[in-house]
Amino acid sequence: MNIYTARTGGLAILATIIAVAPLGFSNTYFYDVGVNAMFNAIVCVGLNLLIGYAGQISLGHAGFFALGAYGSGILTTVYGFPPIGALVLSAAVVGLLAFAVGRPILKLKGHYLAMATLGIGIIIHIVLKTEAKITGGPDGMSLDNFKMLGFAIKGDVMWYWVAGIALVGSVWLALNLIDSPVGRALRAVHGSEVGAEVVGVDTSRYKVLVFVVSAVFASVVGSLFAHKNGFITPDIGSFFHSVELVTMVVLGGMASTFGALIGAVILTLLPQVLAAVEQYEAMILGAIMMGTMIFMPKGLLPSLVAVLRRRGGGR
Amino acid sequence: MHNLVKWGTAAVVAVGLCGLAGHARAADPIRIGSTLSVTGPASFLGEPEKKTLEMYVERINKEGGVLGRKIELVVYDDGGAGDKASTFTKRLIESDKVDILIGGSTTAATMAAAPLAERAEVPFISLAGAVVVVEPVKKWIFKTPHTDRMAAEKVFSDMKKRGITKIGLISEDAGFGKSGHDQSLAVVKNYGIEIVADEVYSPKDPDVTAQLTKIKNAGGVQAVFNFGFGQGPAIVTKNFKQLGMAVPLYQSHGVASKDYIRLAGDAAEGVRLPAAGIVVPEQLAATDPQKLVVTAFKKDYEAAFKSDVSTFAGHAYDALQIVLAAIKRAGAVDKAKIRDEIEKTSGYVGTGGLVSMSASDHMGLSPSAFHMLEIRKGEWALID
Amino acid sequence: MFAAFLQYLFSGLTSGAIYALAGLGFAIIYNASHVINFAQGEFIMIGGMATATMVAAGTPVPVAIALAMAASMLVGVALEKFAIEPARNADVVTIIIITIGASIFLRGGAQLLWDKEFHALPAFSGETPIGILGATLMPQSLWVFGVAGLAIVVLWWFFNRTLFGKAMLATSHNRLAAQLVGIGVKKVLLASFALSALLGAVGGIVVTPITFTNYEAGIMLGLKGFSAAVLGGLGNGTGAIVGGLIVGIAEALASGYLSSAYKDAIAFLIILFVLFFMPSGLFGKRGTDRV
Repeated sequence: MNIYTARTGGLAILATIIAVAPLGFSNTYFYDVGVNAMFNAIVCVGLNLLIGYAGQISLGHAGFFALGAYGSGILTTVYGFPPIGALVLSAAVVGLLAFAVGRPILKLKGHYLAMATLGIGIIIHIVLKTEAKITGGPDGMSLDNFKMLGFAIKGDVMWYWVAGIALVGSVWLALNLIDSPVGRALRAVHGSEVGAEVVGVDTSRYKVLVFVVSAVFASVVGSLFAHKNGFITPDIGSFFHSVELVTMVVLGGMASTFGALIGAVILTLLPQVLAAVEQYEAMILGAIMMGTMIFMPKGLLPSLVAVLRRRGGGR
Repeated sequence: MHNLVKWGTAAVVAVGLCGLAGHARAADPIRIGSTLSVTGPASFLGEPEKKTLEMYVERINKEGGVLGRKIELVVYDDGGAGDKASTFTKRLIESDKVDILIGGSTTAATMAAAPLAERAEVPFISLAGAVVVVEPVKKWIFKTPHTDRMAAEKVFSDMKKRGITKIGLISEDAGFGKSGHDQSLAVVKNYGIEIVADEVYSPKDPDVTAQLTKIKNAGGVQAVFNFGFGQGPAIVTKNFKQLGMAVPLYQSHGVASKDYIRLAGDAAEGVRLPAAGIVVPEQLAATDPQKLVVTAFKKDYEAAFKSDVSTFAGHAYDALQIVLAAIKRAGAVDKAKIRDEIEKTSGYVGTGGLVSMSASDHMGLSPSAFHMLEIRKGEWALID
Repeated sequence: MFAAFLQYLFSGLTSGAIYALAGLGFAIIYNASHVINFAQGEFIMIGGMATATMVAAGTPVPVAIALAMAASMLVGVALEKFAIEPARNADVVTIIIITIGASIFLRGGAQLLWDKEFHALPAFSGETPIGILGATLMPQSLWVFGVAGLAIVVLWWFFNRTLFGKAMLATSHNRLAAQLVGIGVKKVLLASFALSALLGAVGGIVVTPITFTNYEAGIMLGLKGFSAAVLGGLGNGTGAIVGGLIVGIAEALASGYLSSAYKDAIAFLIILFVLFFMPSGLFGKRGTDRV
């Protein structure tokens, strides 16, 4: 199967699932969970470019997500920006910030990079919590509906379709990026950074580029999330949220766009399912994380694909 | 003849009762939904709230329920986070089809859930502290806890009585402390008091002597007021003693439980704080209308859970009682009617104080709900 | 003025020594396996919670401490045996997620086994502050300094003077070569988890009289310990201690002279700044990349 048909095939399956899923939704709560799952999936598809393809970890992406959310919140409520303008401007600012910190930070390796990104995420979280005059502090801030061209996106059902289109679009973007020369360079960086440099790949440029792209993904989703929920608190930028995002990517399958997507959906649904056994929720969640990683170290999707291939090959 | 009438009446009544009972058995339960911070940094709010709701719902169901219908309680853990509270509130309204919402341990969780309750027109009694929950008044939102503003006012009026005019404020940088801090700044001027040092700490800081030293050296500080909950205030209290600070230390209602005295130990001697009558039921005057209610509640709670009752458990108790009374008065499980009856709550004697709500006051607690306590020999002493 | 400075310094040393003890646990496991164990904070929590609850239930303090240390070691060994070893050839990120999963699991377990309330332990040598040049220090802080100092000495001796310690270091440098010269890599990994769990428990026990403990206490300690270990240079015990003290002192001086609201942010800024210029931390070995 050639790579282009595989890509369109994957996109078609994704679009079909998104379109068909609501048949099983009995009320707007399901749509709400669906939107959250797809929002997380978009962030993870972006983050996976960084973790899975460029091999660089980030424990600070919730900070970018929160900056997008608060950027939209502050620009629309305080400065009267139209929501789309606020979204774009926030994403641009986040992109610039990621670019500025990306160059020095991405020289770091492994755990040192984890520490640096963690620090940046925590600093963003502290600023949002402390500057209560403009952010509302820990008690949060409210936002209006997302209006564009005289049309307001409101209600979980409408948001579901918006999130669905955004998800298909982001996956398409990510797949294209991976198959571009940039993507090939990135994989070279992941394989062996020195090796890539020797053959003339400007590794730091590509790493920064993908860092910026993944930060912008997070920021845009943050803006959408803020309008959809209508209320945001600094907690969305906490260290825990960053760890959650990385877990989604790794659990679903690094270096697999659809894997990251599946990881995001599963980890968004899991707490809703486990809410019934609230007392044991933490233990079950922890056990699932450990078990998946021990038995499928490459993540859910790649491991399943490998199993299927092996079966297919044996025939 | 006479006997015949008697027996006849009895039979009719008996048949009637059976009919009623049969009807009640067939009826759906009344559903109360709750998102609480059962885990996470605010778990010491959510945990006792959950226990209290579960205990009383079980008891009421054993006694036959309300309007002949059982009560079904659905609780989710939002960990104190706004976004989780929002999703769970949707689930409660849409999937669990609850008739009433009680919950939102933290202000963030409440504010995230409030617009959903408003839109779905479900009565919602919040258990969060901040004033913003009920100011401005939202049609479907009520709350039972005292506001942080009332706590600050109680503390400042006590300081004023002692002739204190310059104080240092130290607060926690998370939700409760931050909101309390802001309300303190808003009302402090009304008492002729000036805040000359304003410091914060993180809830899990191991040591706050640096912040306290800064307050100590701010010049002319006559008292220190700490707004926070959890282990933070206990660490503040210990560090305060360590630095040998001789001025009075005030805490907020956030630490009005025996846990605080247990953690802070000797250092807590002489600390003053505002608290509801529930903390000291045995010291309330015999004429105090709250005495019976809080004594009974404290006994129930401590017998059931073998841990000290806290004000927060009381907030959940009050919310449940107000809702049940409103349902009884409404005579039907009709959300709009229940909402109207909650708003008409008048003279309810709760663990937090006397509650009389109105269209413009969805909390209904009078300032007299707070008492001033001082810790003496490891025990609470009621001083006002 | 000087008294205030000294007080800030003491405050920073107290917090810093706590972070340093937490960081040391990260360093030991990293040394043996190049794994960052994000459940390190939970070892500290288990040490503190187990001791505090047993003491509250009437167990004599020394017995409670011994049992808590044994319990924590058992958890450390189990974690290595059942979660880390089966995945030892996996990616670094995969192992990070396993240890994060373990930390969530252990917190959930602690909340079921014990409760969600805060627990205290009495201070080991009373609560009379020691006055030094106008500033004060609690005797318990000296205990924390002492334990951190002792730990570093014992670890130095262990890694440099004992055969098993040297074997552990060798494993960390080159696992294959170590195996070839007959070092039991599995045993080394197991020992490193047992050792750092033990150290975590000891840390939890000495800091509980200062900070109290509850089932979530490991989160903050784990985060600060990780910061300390990275700042000092991963795998370097002295580095972890110095890193912890720097973070603690930076926080205290920042609250004293700048802003208490931004003290944590300032500490992280300092870490970032150091990493920009010293990408392997203060004492870390400059790594060379293998092609």
